[in-house]
Amino acid sequence: MSRLLASPADLVVSDLAVVDDDGPSGLLADVVRFSWVDGPGNRFAVFLQGCNLDCIACHNPHTMPLKTPLARLVTVADLVEDVRPVVPFLSGVTVSGGEATLQAPFVAAWFAALRSDPGTARLTRFIDSNGCADDATWDLLLPHTEGVMLDLKALDVATHRELTGLGNAQVLDSLDRLVAENRLAEVRLLVVPGHNDSEAVLRATGDYLAKRAPGIPVKVIGFRPHGVRAAARHIPAPTPEERTAYASWVAASVGAELVTVV
Amino acid sequence: MPEFRDRARTLVDTPTLTYRQRVQALAGLAEESLDPPTVSAACADALATGLVCDIAEGHAPYRPRYLLPDYSRALAQGSEFLGLAAPTDLYEAIAFLLSMYSQVPSITGYPVYLGDVDRLLEPYAADVDDETLTKLMRLMWVTIDRSLPDAFTHANLGPDDSRVGRTILELERELLQTVPNLTLRVDPTRTPDSLVLDAVQTVFACGKPHFVNDPMMIADLGPDYGVVSCYNSLKVGGGSHTLVRLNLAESARRHTGDVESYFATTLPEHVAMNAELMAARITSLVEDARFFEHSWLVDEGLLSLDRFSAMFGVYGLAEAADHLVALDGGTGRYGLDADATALGWRIVERAAELVARTPLPYCEGNDGVAFLHSQSGIDSDLGVTAGTRIPIGEEPPLLEHLLAVAPNHRHFASGVSDIVHFDDTATRNPQAVVDVIRGAMATGMRDVTFNLDSNDFIRITGYLVRKSDLAKLEATGVARHGSDVLAAGSVANSHVTDRAVKRVISSESAPRVAG
Repeated sequence: MSRLLASPADLVVSDLAVVDDDGPSGLLADVVRFSWVDGPGNRFAVFLQGCNLDCIACHNPHTMPLKTPLARLVTVADLVEDVRPVVPFLSGVTVSGGEATLQAPFVAAWFAALRSDPGTARLTRFIDSNGCADDATWDLLLPHTEGVMLDLKALDVATHRELTGLGNAQVLDSLDRLVAENRLAEVRLLVVPGHNDSEAVLRATGDYLAKRAPGIPVKVIGFRPHGVRAAARHIPAPTPEERTAYASWVAASVGAELVTVV
Repeated sequence: MPEFRDRARTLVDTPTLTYRQRVQALAGLAEESLDPPTVSAACADALATGLVCDIAEGHAPYRPRYLLPDYSRALAQGSEFLGLAAPTDLYEAIAFLLSMYSQVPSITGYPVYLGDVDRLLEPYAADVDDETLTKLMRLMWVTIDRSLPDAFTHANLGPDDSRVGRTILELERELLQTVPNLTLRVDPTRTPDSLVLDAVQTVFACGKPHFVNDPMMIADLGPDYGVVSCYNSLKVGGGSHTLVRLNLAESARRHTGDVESYFATTLPEHVAMNAELMAARITSLVEDARFFEHSWLVDEGLLSLDRFSAMFGVYGLAEAADHLVALDGGTGRYGLDADATALGWRIVERAAELVARTPLPYCEGNDGVAFLHSQSGIDSDLGVTAGTRIPIGEEPPLLEHLLAVAPNHRHFASGVSDIVHFDDTATRNPQAVVDVIRGAMATGMRDVTFNLDSNDFIRITGYLVRKSDLAKLEATGVARHGSDVLAAGSVANSHVTDRAVKRVISSESAPRVAG
């Protein structure tokens, strides 16, 4: 697989994952068989272990490291079988994380297997990504994927670095490519008070998205301290009124019908 | 007699009963003064001690418990009894139906079935514009709620899309009435996703409709069926003479011996006891009260005895399964552990087998036997779980919940309901609810009923009440809807407000908790 951008820990999954005759294995943090918050309809959501960002506001910090006894390796075939009994209840599957694209060969193989199996072929296949993936990674994934839900942690490079440990050039490239290939299902803005919650920042983000990703739904997510690491627990959760204001600033250029807030 | 006079006096003097509620209570008291249909001493004892229960239908049945007039035929031919010609436009059709409803009896004193309102009215609606249609349907729906104030009154929609059906869903969201109860028939090949979605949005607003598996119903009851009262499915042009229920929890507790001997001897004895009471009540209705010889609905061909059967109810399956598992030294719980859940399925299967070979009089509507029904409790039930549901508050995650109860559904041609409780997450992804409905039906569920945690509506057993109406009843003692009074008892006795909410997992919060 391609060399990933230099993450703080400089880890790549190929250091760890097993690739044998059955194809690549995936390193899983968890599976949620019914998820209503990971794309359209009811979805089988797979949370892969390992992330290339180090977000202070991460709600699932246990999914960040690659080396953890909590994760487990699964084969493509096993994960197809795990989906099978749930198929009648699903619109599709979503791979999230961690960062799903870090295990692109596994994700691509799983999606391909789901598509070629008559029992699972009708499911749509979505990816939830932080956008830190290069062209080679998207080359691998996009032929098997109907849609990507992309996190944009911050439009401003310095703020992105402050929130995640890395810049956002690759995220913005990913956004452009996903729009160009008609694969961008949703942009997610995690608004962290004191970091990226000002009216000016959110209006600018809305302007950018209206221009670069026209017609794409935007989900504005207010930071919640639940589950975050100690360092971020002092950050207050925005009030419902503040969340509504965030949405309205983004909606000013994106269009209210495309913006939801949670 | 002095006691009778005292009770009559008390009813007359009760200030919190409305006039109609008083009349009905006085009629019930009069009926109670007659001797009940004769049964064996063992059966009478089973009734007195709560093994079987006639749900206070009354000592002298004089109308079938549930009846489903053929409204379609009535509209086509007009009615001599009502003195109305066949309607020629939507105005006349609505007036015809409202008049007819006022003359249809049932156990509640109100009609429990209002017909497939969309199918009935769609032909007449072609001549009116949308605005007029909405106005007329609003008047009809408000009149139903005000003149038939009972949430057991039930209208049906679907499986096909229609202007009338869409208008009713829209009005349900606008009016937020508990009456009428509502069912959408869903045929996966005929009902468009957009109609199911519209109905799901209606659930978010007011807890209605129920979703029923139309092909499964048709396979059991034929194409002319209706869903009435709570969620009771029966043949149109027929109905159910009576509903007598067997308390499976009590049945299991009375058993001495091992699990196998429960299936071999105790359960068959108890099924026979319940059937004996049913037979006595049916015979009394048909032969003593001679309902079918005196009803205008029969005279005009809108009802016929040969489309009737009766409902054999079971409830308390959860406690029965837990008890039997314990007899064999197990500790599993129904709905949560595989052994107890499988034993629960076996109890239902065995009960179905026994009921299917117990002949009952005047049940030609189901080839001479009763329909099995998963009976969802009454306000006085204490410590016994409704029907074949998983105990309130203990329900496992959604998928496990559906898979645990689905295998029971095929046995209950006359209705079964498992209530799925959701929080607000659902409202942001209604397609997910559509997916769950379609999946539930594909895995053999007959009925899917939802309760949304955040709205004012609450499903009690199969009917709806508003939490705000219950609060008003508690404060003032007066309720316009008779069903609110029953609901207050259910809330007090069985914690229906504590159903385990399906908190669907957010990837932003806790992926480690399995959905």
